[in-house]
Amino acid sequence: MTASATLHTVRRLPRTLALRLGVPVVAVVLWQLAARAHGSVFFPTPARIVEHGYHLWFSGPAGRAFLTDAAVRDLLPSLGRVLAGFALAAAGGIVLGLALGRSRTVYALCDPVLQFARAVPPPALVPVFVVVFDLGTPMQLASIVFGAIWPVLINTAEGVRGIDPLRLDVAATVRMRPAERIVLLYLPAALPRIFAGLRLSLSLSLILMVFSELLPGTADGMGFQLTDAQTRSDLLTVWAVMVLLGALGHLLNSVLLTVERLALGRHHAAHRS
Amino acid sequence: MLRIDHLGHRYDDGPDVLQDIELTVPEGQLVTLVGPSGCGKSTLLRCVAGLVRPSAGRITLDGEVVDGVPDRLGVVFQDYSRSLFPWLTVRENVALPLRRRGLPRAQRHAAAVAMLEQVGLADAARRHPWQLSGGMQQRVALARALAARPALLLMDEPFGALDAQTREDLEDLLLRLHRAQGMTTVLVTHDIDESVYVADRVVVLAPGPGRVRADLPVALPADRDQIATRGLPEFIALRTEVGRAVRQGTATPPPRPLGHL
Repeated sequence: MTASATLHTVRRLPRTLALRLGVPVVAVVLWQLAARAHGSVFFPTPARIVEHGYHLWFSGPAGRAFLTDAAVRDLLPSLGRVLAGFALAAAGGIVLGLALGRSRTVYALCDPVLQFARAVPPPALVPVFVVVFDLGTPMQLASIVFGAIWPVLINTAEGVRGIDPLRLDVAATVRMRPAERIVLLYLPAALPRIFAGLRLSLSLSLILMVFSELLPGTADGMGFQLTDAQTRSDLLTVWAVMVLLGALGHLLNSVLLTVERLALGRHHAAHRS
Repeated sequence: MLRIDHLGHRYDDGPDVLQDIELTVPEGQLVTLVGPSGCGKSTLLRCVAGLVRPSAGRITLDGEVVDGVPDRLGVVFQDYSRSLFPWLTVRENVALPLRRRGLPRAQRHAAAVAMLEQVGLADAARRHPWQLSGGMQQRVALARALAARPALLLMDEPFGALDAQTREDLEDLLLRLHRAQGMTTVLVTHDIDESVYVADRVVVLAPGPGRVRADLPVALPADRDQIATRGLPEFIALRTEVGRAVRQGTATPPPRPLGHL
């Protein structure tokens, strides 16, 4: 970015911030006013929800990053599951997608199965995994991986299939070895598609993490806390978990977008020229 | 030495693209293949590169039958923006054929930079291809093709997408590199002037199916100059002959009177 462009961005910062934050701030203020005016136990004010969440999870000792026992019991297992499940789905999807995308025949053979597997709503698979796997983390991980792998897999395969044939000729004429082809051609060329798949997989992972924790046999995690609080008619906790899940999803998505921007910087620049 | 014996090719069940091509290129010679579109000149080049398996005949390079991409080969394609990898730097692009040589990374980079110096782009080593002009990108592609010191250089309409001035600069660069490295070179072009200017020998292909129509030695002084050489009577006579051979049999219909347009 040039110096004048940077200056321009800085000058526009207040305006950009106002545009981005304006609507959320107004929405929260309206929520607060409406909830207070109504006074219903089912719809606590956002201020009370945040306060409750703070006491519940983030008022612990400094030595443990202010996490309370409840946070260690509910947040960390959920976070661990969603990250591990997403990582496995991403790795598996990229590896299988590369393998499928390299062969036109294999892809054509597998395509109907893939389209079917992708079309099954992922939560519908969870009852199967409850039966097949041990209850608890193995079942939850399996649900996340098998639900979230398809977007990465299909996008990676499509990305590899869409590689410019001239670039394949170049790879052949400089006599690249198969491993070099993957690292120097297939992966970088498919990267924009891979990230498109990863974004979808991440939101699916979050959904499946919560859904798999809602099922019987689960004793920790945010999904468990949600149903547990609901059976105890602890609406404040239900709302706090919902807000925290939203924040977590937003955070994870922002991290992924940042990684994507860094990784694809050269692609974007190439497209500009 | 490159030998092409009774080469024929058709794609699947289509018509013959090439028919009974006979061509021998002695070591170090620079041959241009010229012909109208559809004469199969690019297909012929792809067969020599080992990218297309011909349906008939055979190709040998220094006595070895070409089956797959040969060992000491460099190829320059017309579309430089697609042939260079945008996610690699210029130096990494040029170093690609050196990986197979088993050189350590530092030596690969040094050899790539040395090659970039020869095409006048040492300063661009750390930039990305898309940051360079079209002519500079094709110089990078040329450096990549020559980085591993190939015995055979194949060029598929390498300067066709460049403006006239840049094209002339690159023609002269090719002549310089050819003299320095002495690689056998086959250059496909549809530009008749270019086919004569850079060549030791011009081979004219005829279309439908592609076959050799004329094989003309170029008796021009080895030192070529864009202005002086193109003004020589021998140059003009030869380009006329090549032009006739290219157009032979593809007579254009007589122009209609302007008033009827």
